Amino acid sequence: MSERPTYTPFHPRWYRPPVSTWWWLKRPSSRAFILRELSSIFVAWFVVFFLLLVAAVGRGEAAYQEFLRWATNPGSVLINLVSLLFVVFHAVTWFNLAPRAMVVHIRGKRVPGKLIAASNYGAWVVTSILVAWIILAGSR
Amino acid sequence: MDDRITLRLARYRPEEEAEPTFEEYEVPCRKDWVVLDGLNYIKDQLDGTLSFRWSCRMGICGSCGMTVNGEPKLTCETFLTDYAPGPVRIEPLQNFPVIRDLIVEMTDFMQKLTTIKPWIVRDEERPLAEGEYRQTPDEMSEYMQYSMCINCMLCYAACPVYSLDPKFIGPAAIALAQRYNLDSRDEGSGERLDILSQHEGIWACTFVGECTEVCPKDVDPAGAIQRYKLDAALTSLKSFLLPWGAR
Ligand code: SF4
Ligand code: FES
Repeated sequence: MSERPTYTPFHPRWYRPPVSTWWWLKRPSSRAFILRELSSIFVAWFVVFFLLLVAAVGRGEAAYQEFLRWATNPGSVLINLVSLLFVVFHAVTWFNLAPRAMVVHIRGKRVPGKLIAASNYGAWVVTSILVAWIILAGSR
Repeated sequence: MDDRITLRLARYRPEEEAEPTFEEYEVPCRKDWVVLDGLNYIKDQLDGTLSFRWSCRMGICGSCGMTVNGEPKLTCETFLTDYAPGPVRIEPLQNFPVIRDLIVEMTDFMQKLTTIKPWIVRDEERPLAEGEYRQTPDEMSEYMQYSMCINCMLCYAACPVYSLDPKFIGPAAIALAQRYNLDSRDEGSGERLDILSQHEGIWACTFVGECTEVCPKDVDPAGAIQRYKLDAALTSLKSFLLPWGAR
């Protein structure tokens, strides 16, 4: 967007340093950044996996058993394990972000960031327990 | 006090060379000397052709930002002894075109800054006779942190999103937009949101957080941007659910 003012004879000769393809390897924070960007693929994979499961259930008992066989083969388990790691990484960075985005005031006082993060983690744990309980209670 | 340290400076003389080269200078490494003192020593004693920007020498004017050993730094606040025994590599700020030696071209940043209207916007100005717009200390503390920005552009130099997409409006401009949005006297947040909710605005940010790391004034631009995203999302949700009552 920059305009090019022409007040010196050498302005057309600005030097623009090239950006290397591997710029993100240089600093730990940029590596974490790229990993988090990458994690979105795995989040998407979980969604696809879930939709496949729903579709299989919809097609009846045989299709469901077929899905289970596919889902428990070592390859699928490995993919899901890796995905789980990425999704957890994604979730943790997300929750750590929360206090930066949410500024909450209670009775005129700003709620400290730690508390906001903690309440987010708390909600996560409660939801997870609830889901686990529904699934485990249902399977009995 | 005989310690010396080598500064490896990026030099770029557009009339002579097509790209930057490095030159080494040896300067005294005194306990109370910052990188900028070293540069001034070179300029005064060793090589008068060296070009760089500076003014206040106290972290206020925001003009002395450079890349010191790969990190964006205010050179008037960066002590030479922290880099002993050296050598110290000093380059212009990253992500900006270089005009000469350690001087970068910053028109892009200046223009972006004006697009977010960094001033108090009123729907209707009050007549002067009615006096000033009053504000309580609590109201002031809402935006105080964001008002500390000295426009040093270190956050732009640190931002990978800006380096990949130079159209990104960038950390400091968004933090400054927040500074005025949160000001109880301001009524311009809607106008600013129209600009910042575009693709190159807040949504281009993927929360790398580097801007906050390098900011010498603890402005926390990364935090400001995430806050802005939340506000923007809530605003559009509200205007979706209650189309008649938006803003
Ligand atoms: S937000 Fe911080 S790093 Fe960015 S320009 Fe302002 S003072 Fe400098
Ligand atoms: S010279 Fe003013 S901020 Fe460094």
